[in-house]
Amino acid sequence: MAHSFLSIENLTQRFASGKGEDLTVFEDASFGIEKGEFVCILGHSGCGKSTIMNILAGLAEPTSGVVLMDGKEVSGPSLDRGVVFQNYSLMPWLSALKNVTFAVAARYPRWSKAKVVEHSTQYLAMVGLQGDAIHRKPAQLSGGMRQRVSIARAFANHPKLLLLDEPFGALDALTRGTIQDELLKIWGGTEQTVFMITHDVDEAILLADRILLMTNGPYARVAESVEITIPRPRKREEIIEHPNYYLIRNHLLHFLGTRSKVLSGQRTGQGSNRPQTIRLDRMEETATESEDPAQATSLRAVNE
Amino acid sequence: MQQLSTNQRALVLSFLLLVGGLFLWEAAIPAQKAASELTEYEKLTGAGAPKAGVPPPSQVLVKAWEQLSDPFYDAGPNDKGIGIQVAYSLYRVLTGYFLAALIAIPVGFLIGMSPVAYKALNPFIQVLRPISPLAWMPLALFIIQDSNASAIFVIFICSIWPMLINTAFGVAGVRKDWINVARTHELGPVKTALTVILPAAAPTIVTGMRISIGIAWLVIVAAEMLVGGTGIGYYVWNEWNNLDLTSVIFSILVIGVVGMALDAAFGAVQRAVAYAE
Ligand SMILES: Nc1ncnc2c1ncn2[C@@H]1O[C@H](COP(=O)(O)OP(=O)(O)OP(=O)(O)O)[C@@H](O)[C@H]1O
Ligand SMILES: [Mg+2]
Repeated sequence: MAHSFLSIENLTQRFASGKGEDLTVFEDASFGIEKGEFVCILGHSGCGKSTIMNILAGLAEPTSGVVLMDGKEVSGPSLDRGVVFQNYSLMPWLSALKNVTFAVAARYPRWSKAKVVEHSTQYLAMVGLQGDAIHRKPAQLSGGMRQRVSIARAFANHPKLLLLDEPFGALDALTRGTIQDELLKIWGGTEQTVFMITHDVDEAILLADRILLMTNGPYARVAESVEITIPRPRKREEIIEHPNYYLIRNHLLHFLGTRSKVLSGQRTGQGSNRPQTIRLDRMEETATESEDPAQATSLRAVNE
Repeated sequence: MQQLSTNQRALVLSFLLLVGGLFLWEAAIPAQKAASELTEYEKLTGAGAPKAGVPPPSQVLVKAWEQLSDPFYDAGPNDKGIGIQVAYSLYRVLTGYFLAALIAIPVGFLIGMSPVAYKALNPFIQVLRPISPLAWMPLALFIIQDSNASAIFVIFICSIWPMLINTAFGVAGVRKDWINVARTHELGPVKTALTVILPAAAPTIVTGMRISIGIAWLVIVAAEMLVGGTGIGYYVWNEWNNLDLTSVIFSILVIGVVGMALDAAFGAVQRAVAYAE
């Protein structure tokens, strides 16, 4: 695992909580992501997903532990790691287009102005923003439109690693579907690696090669790594017919509904804390997990 | 009246207030004169002379017409047109002000970016800021030995604080998210300062500049009364010495109008750099 494209080793994050004991968000988290892989992470609100992502982006320093990308330690932000922030983080004084050209010009300093604008316009169009809308300031755009500008800004820069923090949270089902397809298209055509936070189980199954499951904090852990045993290309309408779909879905829901709580706060002590790999496949009939998650009746939806 | 917009109604009301105010003023003058004629002491000192009375608005209007039709005449040190006097004052205010901006904005930037510098400089700023700028005048006159430069220095010292404090405050308050965007795009410190921090903090900085120009215009009148020679402040004081109250009232109005124009100019800049989050 140490040879992974992105390898996270014994990551611990504590925050001083003002009075007395520190808040330990997660401890000794270790996992790897392969080049070209699409990984989603699921976990309840506040378990530390954004914190992990900020560390991967190089924006925050972990209390201890290291992140290696291509064998090199991540010690600060880089254009190789593009981020779609949970709160969009657009510059409110720039138009939608300028928010994107700002990023593209930073990535490709040698490009002519016209080329930068053309490239940016193309990516804005890809997320469905055209015409007059791209000249408006973020305050004059809807939440979903803002989110799309922020997606265009990250995609336009072709980073080696795309870090997405709930990138589709504010979108309606239709736009969400379109942009998910665009994301798969962009990702499929390149060597890009994607690490995405989401609260939507179905979205994760549609997009990911692997889903990481986090237990609740404090002392959250990346407890499981669930392989999505549904072949690509996947179509939204077709994957639900796949025999593995509900097997996986129920496993995820069961984890989020019950086990994320049961497993939370369990400190495994020192040493490696790698997630358990779960491979559920009806075709092979040899699921590595004995428990049959399909029988978990008291499932709780986590995405209201 | 109901059909008029809020602005139109306000305009009508303003006009009525103006006319009413002027009428009352005009009407109040003769009564005042009659009252003062009675005092024996005033007759003896000559204060009851017609010229020393508060002039009616009609007289001020005539004076204004006279002055504004030839604002730039120059008939020796004690008799210059109002335009020349205002120009002198504006020159001092703008020189002192821009020197202050030249120092306050970069220093404010540094203070805003560095919590250590903020904490280290804060006690000095807190002590220096409440000092009346005129209190510096004797020291300035002694050290600089030039009345004109001393007036500029007083303007400099009074305009520096709001700009410094607002710049530091604005820069320190720039949202971390925007800085993070700059960082993920590998912008250098100078580029970050110019393309992210400056536009983000601009509304706060310009507010500070607007406060400063207002204070500078308040202070210049008093400063020029002290140093003398030229300027609108000196003009007011000189006309008072001449007991020409018509000119005093006229110059008070000019001070108000110029101050309003300066404020409006910065108001326009403020609107230009404002953004909605
Ligand atoms: N700078 C900070 N100082 C103190 N505590 C923090 C800080 N940042 C995050 N936390 C705490 O760390 C925990 C994890 O926060 P994080 O934002 O990573 O959650 P999340 O999993 O992204 O949640 P959500 O799904 O709601 O976005 C929370 O309990 C939060 O209060
Ligand atoms: Mg989050």
